[in-house]
Amino acid sequence: MTALLPRRGLAQILALIVILAVDRVVSPQFFDLRLQDGRLFGSLIDVLNRGTPVALLSLGMVLVIATRGIDLSVGAVMAISGAIAASLADNHSLAVVLAAALGAGLICGLWNGFLVAVLGMQPIVATLILMVAGRGIAQLITEGRIVTFSSPDLVWLGNGSILGVPVPVAIALGMLMLTGAVVRGSALGLLIEATGGNARASELAGVGTRAMILAVYVWCGVCAALAGVIAAADIMGADANNAGLWLELDAILAVVIGGTSLFGGRFSLVLAVLGALIIQTMNTGILLSGYPPEFNLLVKAMVVLAVLLLQSPKLSGFAGIVTRLRGTKA
Amino acid sequence: MENSPDSAASLLEARGISKSFGAVRALQQVDFTLRAGEIHALLGENGAGKSTLIKVITGVFPRDAGIVRLGGEEVAPRSAKAALQAGIATVYQEVNLLPNLSVAQNLFLDRQPMRFGMVREGEMRRRAKALLADFGLDIDVSAPLGNYSVAIQHVTAIARAVDLSARVLILDEPTASLDRHEVEILFRIMRQLAKRGIGIVFVSHFLDQVYEISDRITVLRNGRLVGERETASLLRLELIRMMLGRELAETTSARAATREHQAREVCASFESYGKSGYVAPFNLELRHGEVVGLAGLLGSGRTETARLVFGAERADRGQARVEGAPVRLHSPRDGVRHGFGYCPEERKTDGIVAELTVRENIVLALQAKRGLHRPLSRREQDEIASRYVKMLDIRPPDPERPVGLLSGGNQQKVLLARWLATSPRLLVLDEPTRGIDVGAHAEIIRLIRELCDDGLALLVISSELDEIVTYSDRVVVLRDRAHVEELAGEAIDVGNILAAIAVDSVAVALEAHT
Repeated sequence: MTALLPRRGLAQILALIVILAVDRVVSPQFFDLRLQDGRLFGSLIDVLNRGTPVALLSLGMVLVIATRGIDLSVGAVMAISGAIAASLADNHSLAVVLAAALGAGLICGLWNGFLVAVLGMQPIVATLILMVAGRGIAQLITEGRIVTFSSPDLVWLGNGSILGVPVPVAIALGMLMLTGAVVRGSALGLLIEATGGNARASELAGVGTRAMILAVYVWCGVCAALAGVIAAADIMGADANNAGLWLELDAILAVVIGGTSLFGGRFSLVLAVLGALIIQTMNTGILLSGYPPEFNLLVKAMVVLAVLLLQSPKLSGFAGIVTRLRGTKA
Repeated sequence: MENSPDSAASLLEARGISKSFGAVRALQQVDFTLRAGEIHALLGENGAGKSTLIKVITGVFPRDAGIVRLGGEEVAPRSAKAALQAGIATVYQEVNLLPNLSVAQNLFLDRQPMRFGMVREGEMRRRAKALLADFGLDIDVSAPLGNYSVAIQHVTAIARAVDLSARVLILDEPTASLDRHEVEILFRIMRQLAKRGIGIVFVSHFLDQVYEISDRITVLRNGRLVGERETASLLRLELIRMMLGRELAETTSARAATREHQAREVCASFESYGKSGYVAPFNLELRHGEVVGLAGLLGSGRTETARLVFGAERADRGQARVEGAPVRLHSPRDGVRHGFGYCPEERKTDGIVAELTVRENIVLALQAKRGLHRPLSRREQDEIASRYVKMLDIRPPDPERPVGLLSGGNQQKVLLARWLATSPRLLVLDEPTRGIDVGAHAEIIRLIRELCDDGLALLVISSELDEIVTYSDRVVVLRDRAHVEELAGEAIDVGNILAAIAVDSVAVALEAHT
């Protein structure tokens, strides 16, 4: 339970509050919510809605990073699953569309997991292969065009609402709870952290480290595929060139902001999702402020730096010394 | 020795050194004197303050009080680099050079011979070769340092330090990962350097080596100076008493009590078990309530045997049986499933998961054995962890502390606890007492006896023959990756083991020299 809601989440929560406060200043209506046609609207809802793809990606990514790996292919997997979903949407039921798209994500994850766990390739290189090839595969599926669809079921997935909550947000929340239940309800969480912390020692303790690594890449592929379907449903079409482009970096960033080390080991699902929301809150805030979007990247970098500094053990040691000095002088 | 240590002037003098970390007083008013041309052993249990003293002297940690004089002049280096410039060089157990660079590049890092802005590779190699020749080393200096043994890496680090005009050389556990022959090379070099007038501080857990090489001994305990003695006039028992501050009866306690055993039941057996190019086929029977010791030089196939028995390495011939039934041991998981446990020699890299807590490290093997779908509840984990923390006296007794923060001895106990929690039938312990302070050492040996009395089968590897003799019911001696001798009962003594190891060690030594 400690890793689901850890004490160490303070830096992230503080950062989110500060950014929300800044957003409130640049856009006085930021916290306004209204109910229209049975669906909530407002900037906060926008943040959650827009943040869904990266939040889903970060759910898979955080597990991969916990095993000391990384998955660069999630953006490309989004494009593949989006292309599949868009191509099938108008002629098949939602169940078939989802099964095909998520199945593709699962296969992509198996591929990555096979390269890393069985062949022992370095994760960054192994997943780079699919990062490059995946977008090509997606373009082959869409035959280089932007495939649009009008299937109301799939459109609902991107734009509908359940009890006033946008469907994508509900899905992301559901996935967070599902992943949390699987990972912390079973021994998976401990064994993943052990594998990431010291794979050799874990192997010698009888942990099936290969199975762990395979499992996290598969889950990462499925999460990415789901994100891809939602992104496609949102725009009612699939653009193989741009769907999920560079989002793997946002996902990694979200995980890092969430305090999980790229060296593997301890991880937190909730904080990774919080990291995704921090990123999206910034994006939305900058859009609302009317500043040119070019500032977005710069501001993002600054905020990331600030959050990481807050987490840095050296800096907190320094802060400790400062307070102690003050204490002795007083 | 030209300079008798008594007449030599003091080279490095530390007076009244104090250092605290928060509320912990790591050093209190410690004095230390190193004379030119002497080899001075710095001893103490883990946590006695040896490392802290070294780090304060070399400026890695700022000191709270006290002064350090080098050749009569006060020095206060702010960093290890500044200390090096002042003439105090430190070589740590984990050599901090760059394994991917060549030996020559490592030797002249930061000060390569240059001409017209280009590194003169040829000149650098020539000088590197000459420098190492001084140390009796004739190797290809253009090969990456990482290709060479730890011993050669150590010598390279020492050569670099000495060439940087060091007057004081501090060696922190330099022999921990060296075999006997390599230790001799290192000792020869240390004596040579001492003759040149360099003062050497030698930190080690191996008391035999301390007696062999050192002129003087300074003992620390709990951050305080216990005393400084001349090695020649200090009895070993007295030294241990200085280090522990108490009588240490257990280490030599008699094993005889449980020794006259009848035929015990076989727990696991291995028939012509082996792997080509790894260990020659061997026959081995491990019985309940019996300790089998594996003795031999480093590289003789001891660890290899242990890994085959546990399943960490896959045999390509022979048959393994557990309680009489044939089994396959293809992975550690197989070993764990059959009730085996394995505490590897390299605790840090192969044993603990440093950032996880004591509790998590203890339940890891049990959880892996039970499988994913049967997680141990937090309450069960807490219960198991606190039971073993109490039973093995793990300190500090906090199951939620990351295990990486514990001392070596306590990490070893955590590993033992990890396997005991799986209720094993066979435990394989590879060097269970290596790098552990004397107090924990005796405790681990006592534990081994107790576990054995409870009916566990144990296979124990140790380089310390005294230790093997103390607890083993049978001793298997290995040489050149083959089992060459099995001693039992009265035949077990250090002399017999040495005789079995040494049959053609003269030939081995000659080979190593050419």
